[in-house]
Amino acid sequence: MNSTALLSAAKDGLMTGSVYALMATGLTLIFGVMDIINLAQGILVILGAYLSYALQVHMHIDLFVGLLITIPTMFIVGIVIERAFIGRLKGPEKTAMSILVTYAVSLLIEGALNMIFTTNDVQLQGSYVNQSFAIGSVHFGYIYVAGFALAVVLLSALYFMLYRTRFGVSVRASLADQTSAALVGIDVKRVSTICFGIGVAVTAAGGMIYGATNSFNASTSYDLISRLLTIIVLGGMGSLGGAMLAGVGMVFIGDMVGVIWSPIWSSMSYFIVLTIVLLVRPQGLFGKQSARVA
Amino acid sequence: MYKKAKLLRTLGVASAAAATMVTMATTSGASAAKAPVKIGISLSLSGDFSADGLAFQQGYKLWAADVNKAGGLLGHKVVLDIVSDASDPTQVVTNYQKLISNDHVALTFGPFSSLLSLPSAKAVSRYGYALVEGAGGAPSVFQAGLHNIFDVSLPVANDLVPFSKWISSLPAATRPKTVAYVTSNDPFTQPQVTTIIPTLTKAGIKAVYNKVFPAEVTDFTPIADAVAAAKPQVVVLGSVDVPTVSAFMQAFEQSGFTPKVFIATGGPDQGSTFIKSVGAGNANAMMVPNAWYGGSSNPLSQKMVAEYVKLYGGTPAGVSSDVVEAYSVGEVVAQAVRATGGFDNAKIIKYLHSNVTLNSAQGPVKFNALGMNTTPTAFTFQWQGSKFVQVNPVVDKNSVKVLFPKPAWTK
Repeated sequence: MNSTALLSAAKDGLMTGSVYALMATGLTLIFGVMDIINLAQGILVILGAYLSYALQVHMHIDLFVGLLITIPTMFIVGIVIERAFIGRLKGPEKTAMSILVTYAVSLLIEGALNMIFTTNDVQLQGSYVNQSFAIGSVHFGYIYVAGFALAVVLLSALYFMLYRTRFGVSVRASLADQTSAALVGIDVKRVSTICFGIGVAVTAAGGMIYGATNSFNASTSYDLISRLLTIIVLGGMGSLGGAMLAGVGMVFIGDMVGVIWSPIWSSMSYFIVLTIVLLVRPQGLFGKQSARVA
Repeated sequence: MYKKAKLLRTLGVASAAAATMVTMATTSGASAAKAPVKIGISLSLSGDFSADGLAFQQGYKLWAADVNKAGGLLGHKVVLDIVSDASDPTQVVTNYQKLISNDHVALTFGPFSSLLSLPSAKAVSRYGYALVEGAGGAPSVFQAGLHNIFDVSLPVANDLVPFSKWISSLPAATRPKTVAYVTSNDPFTQPQVTTIIPTLTKAGIKAVYNKVFPAEVTDFTPIADAVAAAKPQVVVLGSVDVPTVSAFMQAFEQSGFTPKVFIATGGPDQGSTFIKSVGAGNANAMMVPNAWYGGSSNPLSQKMVAEYVKLYGGTPAGVSSDVVEAYSVGEVVAQAVRATGGFDNAKIIKYLHSNVTLNSAQGPVKFNALGMNTTPTAFTFQWQGSKFVQVNPVVDKNSVKVLFPKPAWTK
């Protein structure tokens, strides 16, 4: 092992981890506000990637410019899914039912993507996708740096919306206690619908970066959702800061373990960390134990 | 007189018409009497192997269409009963159980990959069925000692041997000095990579990286970066699919690292799928072991390739080796059915174990006691420009000169 390999792994962990953090933030936001475990988040990331692909191939629109179209589109997709499926779930079994319903949504989208795009792997292309610059002996891919910057910008925007706007107050109130929020006049249903839309909208950005750095087809979503779920459980279900930290932390640890010991232990390392954390803090790093009791 | 002649002529025409109708009725009656024969197949139409599963489906369907065009199997129209296993070794077992016990298929064809072929063969053996497959050539498949599995393709363990012989035979001055072995923990890839390590070591090619990565990796960049940081002159990648190879190539390019030789066990053999993913420029000099390629001179292969191109478009170089592996399964089973005169799986198994040599688009097929095809020769293929050409063994008359060293990355 040499220092270049270590530094490269640290760089990869930080860059890629930030994109996972972005995708996981959407997932945890949805759970936090709605008590919904969205198993469709993985396939929605892939749908976002395919939207970028379609815009690029058929309309020659640059990947980053295309986000101006794909982010609002995915927001609308989220609203439609929420209105058609999620919003109808009621009662004490709502969270458990959401697993089945969102899995069904996931299968529907996967089937549609397979029919439209076939199961052949594709990758997003661009003049900058394979280009890089070096600082010392470490090479930084432009697409990874851009992905990192995009994740930082979008996470900052999300943070601003949550902590500096009136809507953010409603979201945080709903996150803390839906019943109390409703009692003080917050339209929890509306907040939930918009949050679901936002949670899905971020998959457009995450999907674009993922699709530019990896070949993908619809079934890639299975690997993604398993990792995203691990991240939000570690960070604490419903905790935005936890998802961000866990996203970066998990990928960083996995990459370092892969270089220092072996890649075969990378995935295992996530679960070792997760198990240890859950033994000490069953609610995850930043989860609130009583938050979901109501 | 005239009236009599006219009457006779009319009677003659009527008789001919009646005879024709009787013949047609008899013929169609014969076809109708023979019910279609159903063949059960589980394929990875979603999940990690979905691209390969789709190519396999094309191969099976192409074969079924050809057989039916020629009158079917012993006069029975072939109907394929294909179900998806989502690339899951548990689901594939359920699928074959359902195909046999619920759908009452007469024959079973194999799924994609060694990972799924072994549990499938175990499942169908409980019903006394043969499992003829085209992508289950890992040693672990044959080591199970099953009597009912038959792999029509090249056994994988020796796939990279011609490559290792070529690289060891290079003059000392030009022979690479360092190599990285990086492989997925898959029964298809690991045996291939480990087999050649002693040969390359003996040739003085030092391993500067030798690691295994899990099959479910979502981001290959840190692994590829670690390989690039070791600066090997040769990279031997144990990959099953295009995304893995593509991710390594992209990460190498971003790291400004171009190995002199880059061979992957799977991915570059996927024809147009590979080119679309990595770009024609970057594909240049990428190598892959196999027993077949779209330009094969085997007449059965040429016929299949021509039909494939007619049906799906593209060029012979763009035909995935998965297609021919599936097609060959059908060809071998068809010969066994005709030779045994029916669809009795016990007779088919006995026949396939009888040392008989059969023909397929991949070449001759002859099974040993373990169901391993003993006839094929391993070759190494390389992308040279837009052409996919055979380069090893170097003594083979069809081999062209290896493009060495690999040119720098360029889309």
